[in-house]
Amino acid sequence: MDLTAVQTVRQARSRAELALAPGERFLAGGTWLFSEPQPDVTGLVDLAALGWDQVELNEDGDLRIGSMTAIGALESWARDSSLPAAPLVIDCAESLLASFKVRGSATVGGNIARSYAAGSMIALGATLDAVAQIWTASAERTMPVADLPAGNGETTLARGEALRAIVIPASALEARTASRRIALAQHGRAGALLTGRRDGDGGCTFVITAATLTPTVLRYPELPDAAVLERDARDAPGYYTDALGDADWRRQVSAVLLAEVREELA
Amino acid sequence: MRVDGEQVEREPSPGQCLRTFLRETGHTEVKKGCDSGDCGACTVLVDGRAVHSCITPAFRAADAEVTTAGGLAPGDGLSGIQQSFVDHFGFQCGFCTPGMTVTATALAPEQRDDLPRQMRGNVCRCTGYRPIEDAIRHCGEDSEGCGGCAVRERAGEGVGASASPPAARRVVQGREPYTFDDVPARLAHLAVVGSLHAHARVTSIDASAALAVDGVLAVLTHEDVPDILFSTARHEHRTDDPDDTRVIDSVMRFVGQRVAVVVAETPAIADRASRLIAVEYEVLPAVLDPEAARSPGAPVLHPDRTAADRVADAPRNVVAATHTEVGDVEEALAASAVTATGTWRTARVTHAQLETHGSVAWVADDGRLTVRTSSQVPFLVRDELARMLGRDAATVRVFTGRVGGGFGGKQEMFTEDIAALAALATGRPVAYEMTRAEEFQRTSVRHPFRVTVRAGADAEGRLTALHVDALSDTGAYGNHAAGVLFHGCSESIAVYRAPAKRLDAEAVYTNTVPSGAFRGYGLGQVIFAIESALDELALQLDLDPFELRRLNAVRPGDGFVVAGAAEDDLVFGSYGLDECLDLARASLASPDDVPAPGGDAWSTGEGMAASMIATIPPRGHQAVASVRLGADGVARVGIGTAEFGNGTVTVHTQIVSDVLGIPRARIEVSHSDTDATRYDTGAFGSTGITVAGKALHGACVELRDALVTAGARLMGVDAGVCSLGPDGLVGPHGRTLSWGDVIAATEPAHRLGDDAWAEAHLDERVRSVAFNVQAFRVAVNRATGEVRILRSVQAADAGFVMNPEQCRGQVEGGVAQGVGSSLYEEVLIAEDGSVANAAFRQYRVPQMADVPRTEVLFASTSDDLGPYGAKSMSESPYNPVAPALANAIRRAVGARPYELPMSRDRVWRLTADS
Repeated sequence: MDLTAVQTVRQARSRAELALAPGERFLAGGTWLFSEPQPDVTGLVDLAALGWDQVELNEDGDLRIGSMTAIGALESWARDSSLPAAPLVIDCAESLLASFKVRGSATVGGNIARSYAAGSMIALGATLDAVAQIWTASAERTMPVADLPAGNGETTLARGEALRAIVIPASALEARTASRRIALAQHGRAGALLTGRRDGDGGCTFVITAATLTPTVLRYPELPDAAVLERDARDAPGYYTDALGDADWRRQVSAVLLAEVREELA
Repeated sequence: MRVDGEQVEREPSPGQCLRTFLRETGHTEVKKGCDSGDCGACTVLVDGRAVHSCITPAFRAADAEVTTAGGLAPGDGLSGIQQSFVDHFGFQCGFCTPGMTVTATALAPEQRDDLPRQMRGNVCRCTGYRPIEDAIRHCGEDSEGCGGCAVRERAGEGVGASASPPAARRVVQGREPYTFDDVPARLAHLAVVGSLHAHARVTSIDASAALAVDGVLAVLTHEDVPDILFSTARHEHRTDDPDDTRVIDSVMRFVGQRVAVVVAETPAIADRASRLIAVEYEVLPAVLDPEAARSPGAPVLHPDRTAADRVADAPRNVVAATHTEVGDVEEALAASAVTATGTWRTARVTHAQLETHGSVAWVADDGRLTVRTSSQVPFLVRDELARMLGRDAATVRVFTGRVGGGFGGKQEMFTEDIAALAALATGRPVAYEMTRAEEFQRTSVRHPFRVTVRAGADAEGRLTALHVDALSDTGAYGNHAAGVLFHGCSESIAVYRAPAKRLDAEAVYTNTVPSGAFRGYGLGQVIFAIESALDELALQLDLDPFELRRLNAVRPGDGFVVAGAAEDDLVFGSYGLDECLDLARASLASPDDVPAPGGDAWSTGEGMAASMIATIPPRGHQAVASVRLGADGVARVGIGTAEFGNGTVTVHTQIVSDVLGIPRARIEVSHSDTDATRYDTGAFGSTGITVAGKALHGACVELRDALVTAGARLMGVDAGVCSLGPDGLVGPHGRTLSWGDVIAATEPAHRLGDDAWAEAHLDERVRSVAFNVQAFRVAVNRATGEVRILRSVQAADAGFVMNPEQCRGQVEGGVAQGVGSSLYEEVLIAEDGSVANAAFRQYRVPQMADVPRTEVLFASTSDDLGPYGAKSMSESPYNPVAPALANAIRRAVGARPYELPMSRDRVWRLTADS
């Protein structure tokens, strides 16, 4: 929809231009920003010209995904990739409510920065130990992607902080992965997204997103007993109720479907 | 930017989305369904890639090649996918269709193999998706193998053929004009300020900051509108609804109710200025629950209304009530072999027609107040506007273009009143186009019902007693409160014979978004309860549920008894229930369409339900239809009823073609315009064929007889040996008279200028009945609550089927909406009384993946009343869906659902608790 209060649009072409004036806001894919009224946004700072849309493997085999990479573009990369963890990219992208059309514009960074519980690029990053590179006009820092969300729709990113990229370590890319998702409607916004990874050394990481307000990351040195995983899933904090599902159901289906993820990784 | 091959020189404004930019440049092929990226109606290609233009910043496409549905094929042509949508009846209202065809164009071949997933960004509220899926799958080279589609076999011109909708080509191109696709110049725009409180008195409004904004033309508040009470609901008799509403009131009764409106040069200015209006309120206690609302001590919403305003008991917040009994229910229940008792609840549901409500009002050159609107009832809106403004109805013209879906939601006046007042206040044409959020917040929803049923039967399964206690929540205003309550409790009860019946029913005000008319008009809610209770009796008696219905349903010779004297205007013009029961039961036995999932968590079950509906609303429904024939052999029809995907215009052309013998290409229909004919009650109660079509048939027959008489006289032969053909009157030995000659010889009573002419006026007061039987086989996952529909069948007693493919579409669409109400949809009310999920992202309108294929079977009936033996078949397919699904779930998991929607969380809880 039209953002009726917006008076200015400027292209950020350098890091210094990330400094936000009052009322300004970063524009990534725009698919969320333009989907709701934004009466307080008077200026847009377009990140598209910064060239942050590269997906590249570095010499150590780590995968660096530029934050402005369209989710659809990352899916295309994953389809062509032979890395064992690549299918998880497709699963997570498909978990979104967003159609292929929206995913062609929506960005990986935008999905993570928006911090919705059902933001499946967060699930992807959390499951694969991704680290976010965070820039401001004058500084930078890193943080695990799993720790970025502060709540459903709330981020720990400060105003003026932009997500530059996320980096997935080579070791995680070599892991086997599995996922399940459920929503109140078949392709509705996820009520629970369960992802898991089993490393070469047997270590396992299970992640609950969508069902809990922030990502729930469960780590085990080896494949946990089904009963242990179920207990840990049910004991996780942060199951919540909203229009897309009640907390008790989210807890239940998380436990049930995480068991299927475990089964697949066993 | 280049759009559909042509350079566009304009610059977008900074925060503008591509959708509005394209529309500003005249590309009205791009529709607005949600404006939030969820429905896909605005889909375009940007450099070949499909995007939702409403969430695409316009400036980003500044150098791009943009393709709308109008540019998919050169000139006036259709692309392959568009032709396939036409061939497969892949639309009803057509508002989603341009976006559908663009999206389908962008699908890679491998995406076509998984359409339910790939098309999740496109919502259709009308069709149930089956024909859309067929259109995409069978497009292109594959269409050679499309012989399986019944469509082409049944194509043709006259009644009984699957004639193509006249607007089909324009619809798939996006070129058929809807409400805002053809607007006057110098258009101003209106934005509404909504109440922040569920119940409050407005103490002051400071509009000075808004009025100071450059481009603001006016601000209207309760001080600027006529002090007249009316109802947004529109009926043949305006006294069917209570006068309890003002255009802008000084008392707010629900969150979002109009407090003020801003009129400005652009929508953006109006929106910005609307946020600058300072309103002060005296907050009043609010009541959100209907049971609490009618209990002592509750806040009273409309303390000043009386029976004279048609509010039954204002101090108890009761708008309408009935308490009647025939026989002795308590005694009969006590003596019954088995009884079933329960309390069922249904949800608020939004219509989700893809075209939001909206209207454009202006004073035309002829001095008349003129309103182009999205309405099912232009004549009723005209009459109420005239009353409200103290004008003669002759000084008001109301008309619609094609309407982008209605489902009852547009049997109301939600935008026309304020648009008209704003136009008169500013002297400018004013548009009020609702946002999707406004649709949720300030139009209407399906009345939520709480229905307690007590039913008894003897050992053979014969009903002994039926007690229905219904409580309807009408929200803050009483629009359709009485009608929905009484209709909901009418055919649902009258369909069964029982010696003792009691009805206790009340419709109650609460401080929530108003409820209103919605497909089925209350029947779906009450049938959910009654058909569930009957299923319980069948289980207890170990009786086939189809047989239980057959045993107890009314049949010709019986009276239609609710809980008193038999209805005096209902007759059996035909009877198809027994055939529907047979058809549905036999078809349900066919193999699953979707394979049953394996695994211990899944259980399967079958369920069914039946429903009856009167073919016409009670106490009169009028239509005036005229047809004039020129020497050019073109027939011009004037008729009042509206086209919003119901397919009536198609059927009307079929009727004309059948009677006058001319091809449909030479038939022009002017409809839903108060200038098109003298009067029409409107397109509700499934009357487009049974009333308007019947009137048109009458006019055509009269014209044919006049022409044949004149021609025979001219030829000097007996009229019995003459008939009408495409080129004129055909007499003995193939002798033909041209239309011009025949028309010239026609007697003056049937002449209008150089044309021959006839008109028929119908006021239908006797009504027939139609039946529907729905059956499902489902699999239920007891661990997650997921319900998977393995097979879906509906048998429909439509009488003579005028257009099989369109009628099938009405049934499929009704089932789809029924599945939506049953499994997915609920408008949620937050603690402060506001709507908590006022967007498609939070409110689950079924997508392609959520709607099963339904086998549609028609009974072989022919009705004594309807034209050609046809009966209504638009609303009723919705009605038996929820109980059939509930009964299937009950039989799968052993626990009965009592609440809609039967969402996955609720179904899981049901199984976990049992």
